[in-house]
Amino acid sequence: MKFMDEYRDAASVRALAGRIRGITTRPWTIMEVCGGQTHTIVRFGIDELLPKEITLVHGPGCPVCVTPAELIDKAIDIASRSDVIFCSFGDMIRVPGTKENLFSVKARGGDVRVVYSPLDALKLAAANREREVVFFAVGFETTAPANAMAVYQARRQNIKNFSLLVSHVLVPPAIEAILSSPENRVQGFLAAGHVCTVMGYEEYRPIAERYNVPIVVTGFEPYDILQGVYMCVTQLEEGRSVVENAYTRAVRREGNVKAQELIREVFCVVERKWRGIGEIPRSGLGLRDEYIEFDAERRFGVAGGTSEDTSECISGLILQGVKKPHECPAFGTRCTPDRPLGATMVSSEGACAAYYRYRRFSSKET
Amino acid sequence: MCLAVPGKITDIQDHDPVTRRGTVDFGGVFKEINLAFVPDAQPGDYVLVHAGFALNTIDEAEAGKILEYLHEIDELGGLEETGS
Amino acid sequence: MADESNERKKFVLSCPIPITEYPRIVLGHGGGGTLSHALIEKMFVPSFKNPFLDARHDGAVFEIGGRKVAFTTDSYVVRPIFFPGGDIGTLAVNGTVNDLVMCGARPLFISAGLVLEEGLPMETLWRIVQSMKNSAEAAGVAIVTGDTKVVDKGKGDLIFINTSGVGVIEGDHSIAPKNVRPGDVVLINGDIGRHGMAVMSQREGLEFDAAIQSDCAPLAEIVLKLLATGVEVHCLRDLTRGGLASAVVEIAGTAGVQIDLDESAIPVSGSVRAACEFLGLDPIYVANEGRFIAIVAAKDAGRAVEALRSHPLGAEARPIGTVSDRRAGLVTLRTTIGTQAIVDMLSGEQLPRIC
Repeated sequence: MKFMDEYRDAASVRALAGRIRGITTRPWTIMEVCGGQTHTIVRFGIDELLPKEITLVHGPGCPVCVTPAELIDKAIDIASRSDVIFCSFGDMIRVPGTKENLFSVKARGGDVRVVYSPLDALKLAAANREREVVFFAVGFETTAPANAMAVYQARRQNIKNFSLLVSHVLVPPAIEAILSSPENRVQGFLAAGHVCTVMGYEEYRPIAERYNVPIVVTGFEPYDILQGVYMCVTQLEEGRSVVENAYTRAVRREGNVKAQELIREVFCVVERKWRGIGEIPRSGLGLRDEYIEFDAERRFGVAGGTSEDTSECISGLILQGVKKPHECPAFGTRCTPDRPLGATMVSSEGACAAYYRYRRFSSKET
Repeated sequence: MCLAVPGKITDIQDHDPVTRRGTVDFGGVFKEINLAFVPDAQPGDYVLVHAGFALNTIDEAEAGKILEYLHEIDELGGLEETGS
Repeated sequence: MADESNERKKFVLSCPIPITEYPRIVLGHGGGGTLSHALIEKMFVPSFKNPFLDARHDGAVFEIGGRKVAFTTDSYVVRPIFFPGGDIGTLAVNGTVNDLVMCGARPLFISAGLVLEEGLPMETLWRIVQSMKNSAEAAGVAIVTGDTKVVDKGKGDLIFINTSGVGVIEGDHSIAPKNVRPGDVVLINGDIGRHGMAVMSQREGLEFDAAIQSDCAPLAEIVLKLLATGVEVHCLRDLTRGGLASAVVEIAGTAGVQIDLDESAIPVSGSVRAACEFLGLDPIYVANEGRFIAIVAAKDAGRAVEALRSHPLGAEARPIGTVSDRRAGLVTLRTTIGTQAIVDMLSGEQLPRIC
């Protein structure tokens, strides 16, 4: 596949890894904030190629992991209603709320469907006028244009039986929350490439300056990840802290202006609660008043309310890079991929799930 | 939410700015994709696709650059390859 | 009622899958991954307890009147019922035929139990029955007994089929996971992921256009051909739901060996790969219906590949991995960039992702 295979070429990847080893003189902790990057790192064993001085930490980069339990409970509430077709990306289906997940709703007879695009959910709404179709709009800025377009088109086509359960989160406030924490150990960031494809990377400049951390916009193939690490380590070794772009084939400084316009048309910035971290001001997107009729929380009367996350899950500390999965008392015993207590174990890219796989066979070889 | 895959636009069926739609070839797999966010993209262009939407066109010139970068570092010289 | 609550208490106290864990069956329990396994290991095997089940193979092998016989069963619930390259009828016959073949048996007789939903169009049933007939002929088996039930509309999702099969084992090869040895080579007969992606390409909400046909096919001929060469075959496993990865992890666990796979050697067609990439799926977990792995003694690996390649269903046959005794149950994958990743069983079915 063009524009993909070239960045998985073994020789280039190993050569670049060699360059990184060549310039690293001290330990560095670098955080990536995107589930997609975590996936590549785990799937291709990128850790194996890096010198041991470099620690890659998996941050709150998976909107799946940071969606609050009570929002999943609301999703379950809505999905359980007989007149509802509840649509979602596959990622959300197994994430536990406070008691169960969307999969169990399916088991009970709820109409829960995995779709590829919010437009598929809109199509279902157009074809099933007597049912209510709800789409679980979870994601970073990458997915916001798609969700905005679904609502925009719904209005244009006068489709009334369609709504969004919104849980959009924004990356820059999350990075700030991590950097401003007194326990922060992260020294450099790999910014999520596809978030920047949409938003550009200007908003990371004040963060790099304020906290003196290099931030490198990074792609998702093995070569891209190493390129991001290489540029980040170069800055760290040289004592620089600016924003750089390692993903120039897909990211422009200003991002995609048309997409940003539509996001602004449909969404506005709101507070959001991040599972395991708590509320971060101005860190999420919600529907603007103009489009509030498409808000599922209001339509189904599940707005408001909070619930305590009483499980012993410490995913918040894990997501911030403060604790490692094996430092959690429930890790591997009361919490496993089959019976996850929190999102970092559910998602196969979650730090805990990734650790679980490796820890089981830790000692000797590989 | 970051899984976005490159594909080539083979044709455009709908030219309305909001519902702009075309067929994208991902290497033998064809899917109808919304092109509203890439109004200048034409058949033959490569786009990055996420959740049914093209988010950007791929800059083919830049695409090759980071691979060449490796050779540049080589030319600047002196970095041994601690291979394995 | 006292009786009911006593019954319930008995269940709760002795059921090894605590009711608080999974009070209800979820789709993952049928996915072929860890949940399916838990159900088998914790409920079925201990309840039905016998040495045949302990072999954990695709079918049961036993002697009747001095002949070694293999016996297997499978149920088919695939949706959509018609997909590029086949339908539920094709699957129902080939799936069971292949399970028998994986025991090293020549499949002979199949039974067919149909559960039909009230309202199923007769024309649909006819098409499926013809597929079953054609598949049986191609596989050299006879459908000799069956049963039909009809359930109320809304209770049956069109059609479910159960097929059971009986075959005889000629020759005295013993083919089962316990025979796998360090040093053995893992061979595959062709490219992976076709069936799962063919089915997915039709699924509402995910559909896409690709020339991907299900690889559904009977494997009797090619396997019997392999066995006839006298090559030392230790284990056979057809790759169904859960894909190549699940089959290998299962065998490594049952046999107590380590299996190392080479990603560059695993054949995946361009369109299957593209489809997997854009939905965020990994081909090694995608279902197949005409692919199998053969674990053979190293000395015979070359001859085995030749034998497979001499058959149309083995045109792309090749070695994809090796067995060692380093770490029991561990399966690794040497990635295309030369690193080593660990291959796990998935807990439920693989879902398209966006993250």
